[in-house]
Amino acid sequence: MSRLHVELPGLSMKNPIMPASGCFGYGREYARLYDLSCLGAVAVKGTTEAQKDGNPTPRVAETSSGMLNAIGLQNPGVEAVAAEELPWLAAYDTPILVNISGSTMEEYETVARTLSNRSETSAIELNISCPNVKKGGMAFGQDPALAEELTARVKAVSRQPVYVKLSPNVADPAALALAVERGGADGLSLINTLVGMRLDWKTGAPILANGAGGMSGPAVKPVAIRITHNVRQVTNLPIIGMGGISSPEDVIEFIRAGADTVAVGTANFSDPFVCPTLIEQLPAYLDELGASHIHDLQGKGAALL
Amino acid sequence: MQTENMHVVSHKAIAKDTYELVLIGAMVSQMAPGQFVHVKVPSEAMLLRRPLSIAAISQDETTCTLIYRVDGAGTKALATLNEGAAVNVFGPLGSGFPLEAPSSGEALLIGGGIGVPPLYELGRRLRADGVKVTTVLGFATAEAVFYESEFAELGQVYVTTEDGSHGTKGFVTHAIEMHALNVEDIYMCGPRRMMQVVEGLYPKARGYASLEERMGCGIGACLACVCDRQEKGAGYAKVCSDGPVFPLGEVVL
Repeated sequence: MSRLHVELPGLSMKNPIMPASGCFGYGREYARLYDLSCLGAVAVKGTTEAQKDGNPTPRVAETSSGMLNAIGLQNPGVEAVAAEELPWLAAYDTPILVNISGSTMEEYETVARTLSNRSETSAIELNISCPNVKKGGMAFGQDPALAEELTARVKAVSRQPVYVKLSPNVADPAALALAVERGGADGLSLINTLVGMRLDWKTGAPILANGAGGMSGPAVKPVAIRITHNVRQVTNLPIIGMGGISSPEDVIEFIRAGADTVAVGTANFSDPFVCPTLIEQLPAYLDELGASHIHDLQGKGAALL
Repeated sequence: MQTENMHVVSHKAIAKDTYELVLIGAMVSQMAPGQFVHVKVPSEAMLLRRPLSIAAISQDETTCTLIYRVDGAGTKALATLNEGAAVNVFGPLGSGFPLEAPSSGEALLIGGGIGVPPLYELGRRLRADGVKVTTVLGFATAEAVFYESEFAELGQVYVTTEDGSHGTKGFVTHAIEMHALNVEDIYMCGPRRMMQVVEGLYPKARGYASLEERMGCGIGACLACVCDRQEKGAGYAKVCSDGPVFPLGEVVL
């Protein structure tokens, strides 16, 4: 077996690199640049029950070593994703992690039921941490009791493993992780974006039309590493680590913190070829560390040794 | 569509805060008028590439000319690049201007400020195909004016400035009215407000408008740079991949 191969519930990954949800659409654009079959998996754009227009522009703004976005979950809706996007992406030899969102528990259930019944879906990523929608989204990720209930309800209707994507915008991410584990989560995605804001210093007006947005990029990596490390101390659930990854060193740092695999988001905008480049570069880093498999480097969490 | 380390052949200020950057590289062979390139700023702290329109293309020399205005930290860093420096460029991106001769046989190019550059290569191609090219360029002040003489090689040029310090005082529409220019086939790029006014004044005009928007990926994946389609219920268009050039009437300017 390849030294990069990672086996997780629903996700049999040839390497630990997947593009993160929201940064990669449904893969069509990047498929014009390289063969998506090289990827460990693809996490597709968040999908809601009905088609969603998203927020007005400007939707992005740069920050020091980071960026803010407030796209607002623009997506074509669950039927179009099931009929057009997933069958297209399934032609590539890579698992599909289908990110779902909603403004009510019922909507989450409907989307999960529809998409987890699709043969193309390898696993569900339950987004309870989007900071850019007015209803639902992050609200479900703030309250452990709500997060547990939503996870349990989605698990009850899903035919595929469910990874819950948690928010960093909480006082105690580990408590949320334990709550969704009680709800039956098969894994965790850590972290979604941090809520942030930029103002035009001349006028005082927000740069983003939405006002605030979600911050990502290298600037948030220490926050993501700390949460990954923190959550790894309290649970054995598989963790998809993400937040500012752009180099092989970053990938290994997340694995050291306790992640099982990683997702790469904002770096795709700086370097559209970053995912295949990381996959190519990782083996030399394992050589340097004398690791025969990437999981030899995995931090297991002090409390769980 | 690729990333390439292109190299700076020349780099100079051509107007107030406005720079002309000539790059050499293999990517030039794929470039078409109206497309843009996504340029990596020489700074680790600035993640997002800057979308810059292609002002001129020389296939013989495998060079392209980019013109940009220093308007923030990213373009300020870009302006420090010296001759010979490597610049990471992703492109060419987006749809360019259709190059068929317009049915009237005449093209009116309407450019405003830093929207002027993509019209130059378009004008050169149309002129080479025997199209009569007339250009109206609008700037804020005399010191912001650039490429007046370059456009003059293609045909008649009218320049307007808001303060009247050069050419006609006022906006591009003042020059169009004053000289009774033929507005059957227009190609425009500039501030949204300028393009809205032109579209409103000449609803029968055929042609194209090139849009600018803050971008993320530059290829249509991240949905940062959307704009509304004019047809109700048709949803958004993506400026980076459906545009930046749109036929008049397709999107809300």
